[in-house]
Amino acid sequence: MNALVTPLMSQPEGWLPLVFMGLMGLSLLIYVVLDGYDLGVGLLMMGASDAQKDRMVDSIGPFWDANETWLVLGVGILLVAFPKAHGLILQALYLPVAVMLLGLVLRGVAFDFRVKAPLAWKPFWNGVFIAGSALAAGAQGWMLGRYISGFAEGPGYSAFAALIALALPAAYALLGAGWLIMKMEGALQRLAVQRAKLAWPAVVLGLIGVSLMTPWVSETVSQRWFRMPELIALLPIPLMTALALLGLRALLNSHRVLGKLCWLPFALMSLVMVLGFLGLAYSLYPFVVIDRMTVWQAAAASKSLAFILWGVVFTLPAILIYTVFAYRVFWGKASEIRYA
Amino acid sequence: MDPVLLARMQFAVNITFHILFPTINIALAWVLLFFRWRWLATQQPAWLQAYRFWTKVFALSFALGVVSGIVMSFQFGTNWPGFMERAGNIAGPLLGYEVMTAFFLEASFLGVMLFGHGRVGERVHLAATFLVAFGTTLSAFWILSLNSWMQTPQGYEIIAGEFHALSWSAVIFNPSFPYRLAHKLLASGLTVAFLLAGVSAWQLLKRKSQASTAPVLRVGLTLGALLIPLQILVGDLHGLNTLKHQPAKVAAMEGVWQTERGAPMLLFAWPNESTRSNDYALGIPKLASLILTHEAEGEIRGLDEFKGAHPPVAPVFFAFRAMVGTGMLMLAFSWLGLWLYRRRAWVAERLPRSLLWGLSLMSFSGWLATVSGWYVTEIGRQPFVVYGLLRTADVASATPAPLIALTLGGYLALYGGLIAAYVWVIKYMAEKPLDAPPAAERQVFSRSFA
Repeated sequence: MNALVTPLMSQPEGWLPLVFMGLMGLSLLIYVVLDGYDLGVGLLMMGASDAQKDRMVDSIGPFWDANETWLVLGVGILLVAFPKAHGLILQALYLPVAVMLLGLVLRGVAFDFRVKAPLAWKPFWNGVFIAGSALAAGAQGWMLGRYISGFAEGPGYSAFAALIALALPAAYALLGAGWLIMKMEGALQRLAVQRAKLAWPAVVLGLIGVSLMTPWVSETVSQRWFRMPELIALLPIPLMTALALLGLRALLNSHRVLGKLCWLPFALMSLVMVLGFLGLAYSLYPFVVIDRMTVWQAAAASKSLAFILWGVVFTLPAILIYTVFAYRVFWGKASEIRYA
Repeated sequence: MDPVLLARMQFAVNITFHILFPTINIALAWVLLFFRWRWLATQQPAWLQAYRFWTKVFALSFALGVVSGIVMSFQFGTNWPGFMERAGNIAGPLLGYEVMTAFFLEASFLGVMLFGHGRVGERVHLAATFLVAFGTTLSAFWILSLNSWMQTPQGYEIIAGEFHALSWSAVIFNPSFPYRLAHKLLASGLTVAFLLAGVSAWQLLKRKSQASTAPVLRVGLTLGALLIPLQILVGDLHGLNTLKHQPAKVAAMEGVWQTERGAPMLLFAWPNESTRSNDYALGIPKLASLILTHEAEGEIRGLDEFKGAHPPVAPVFFAFRAMVGTGMLMLAFSWLGLWLYRRRAWVAERLPRSLLWGLSLMSFSGWLATVSGWYVTEIGRQPFVVYGLLRTADVASATPAPLIALTLGGYLALYGGLIAAYVWVIKYMAEKPLDAPPAAERQVFSRSFA
């Protein structure tokens, strides 16, 4: 088992790849929460009235560029810090990556074209926006499924990927509904609560299904999960997830979700995403590609990693500060946005 | 079809599409800052109007640039996995610094710049606009540094087939970098100059001119007339730098097959790879030698000295002529336009319609020149991905050709449609009567910390 030989943690060859693994995970987690809610809002535009669609897009307008940048950072770190894994993963996911990119492209351009092209074209661009959101969210779920199974081939593995391709958009939709509950008032806020109620069972079923299938899909994960005493230490993750989801559901029935507690559904759903992410991270560590490539095998030269780390130390706090700044500027209930 | 060629075509299609939008936005961001500053300084509504209109163009271009940029970050892995495996230690940090220092800066402050007016103070808003402009230029710095390193690598050592950095300052400030950066930034300025002038001319032709049309036309023509001589100078220096470091590329640009003294500058020719000579050549004697070596009898090394290691000649040869030809048209139109405009006392309506038509047709001439120039330098680097050290064919992915062809077809259709939509929407916005001045805008929004 050459794959599991761990270099000394006191050496840069040992700890630098781990630092970058953590940074990559952090970027992708932030991406999934931030772009997750705006992709979710895109999905929720299905069936909304034209005026509601406008307000929904307005609520994410100032943020989506920066939200998507976290994906570029995540993939960028994969590319920069784990060049060998980058090639392996992206070649294995060639087609779903293309589909996701198509979705992100369509969505991104529809953002602008829907308000700049003649009015007659607006329904078309709204449709493109919704379709792009669905394509991107679905493709991301599919890729996650393929990734967890280590790109194994077979109908069972495809079914697993297909399940996540449905579950992840459901989770995004619930997150998006949480965002709208927080940022909207009146009829649209109530609509968002209804949509959240619809998305909730899909998310719960999806999570249960994925959790049941994951140990079956991967022997390595199965051993990780059902090993004493780690099993006890792991229990808080599913327990807290269950509590957060149940709390979220109860909240949707309460009138307080329209008032003081409007931020809570979004916060709870973000917590669910974080917990899911932690579970995944625990299951995979220290692999970048499960059973095939560890972080140390995939890592770039320490000298290069050290050079980038300097940049990270200075820029990441700055990025976080101005991300918070941008959200602060548009804090509170969303109003109509216009160029100025 | 050869999968390597397909992968190259796919990457080229994507990178060609992508570069169109940063080329506009790098300079447009600074022009927007200028408009904003003029508005604050003069309080003339025309400047605010200009700022508003061109901000929309900026936002649209930014969206297209972001989404195609995301595609690119994935295509490094899907198309050139070997490049990152072998040169990732060099390319990775430069790309990483681009994302960390530039991309986030632009994307985060863009929201404040576009929609934040009224929510933040005038100074904060101006600062946000500045940071977006600074971010786009910084982005160009890192990307061009990496690209230049691939053309003129230095500051590295090769251990077991992988590149490792010896000196980061040598890597970043490699020999062709200053020339390429200056050339690209000027290209961006010229692209925007002709876009400003072209759209304004179109508004005049369609009798849809607004208060901002005349001053924007003046800004466009002035910018063009100022930058084009500089660009010719920088282009010449860049060419000399290429001659020193990549003589095979220059030989392809000039269509020089055998090493010769007193080489002519070919105005037209049909490079023939099978006979290794030019058909139908028409040229000015000794001019190529004079330009490149500054001596009429100067020696230019021919392609035959680089057999098996020189680029395909025809695309480089023609792209070079397209770039230079467009540059000459830019020189003629900006100087002529500015001179006529001044003679007519800056009254735009009195400009001859033929000039306005010419400028309108030149609206996207910057794209043509920029893309041609990129083809010269990138195809000119072939068959290497890192010049002289790493061959493109050795880093390509094992993705089957039909799959690449399928996605290539998809990208072509998508990008074709998007470029058409982009140009059409700009035309539509230019002809549309102005939005009623938003009254609500000045009101300060209360911040409820829900």
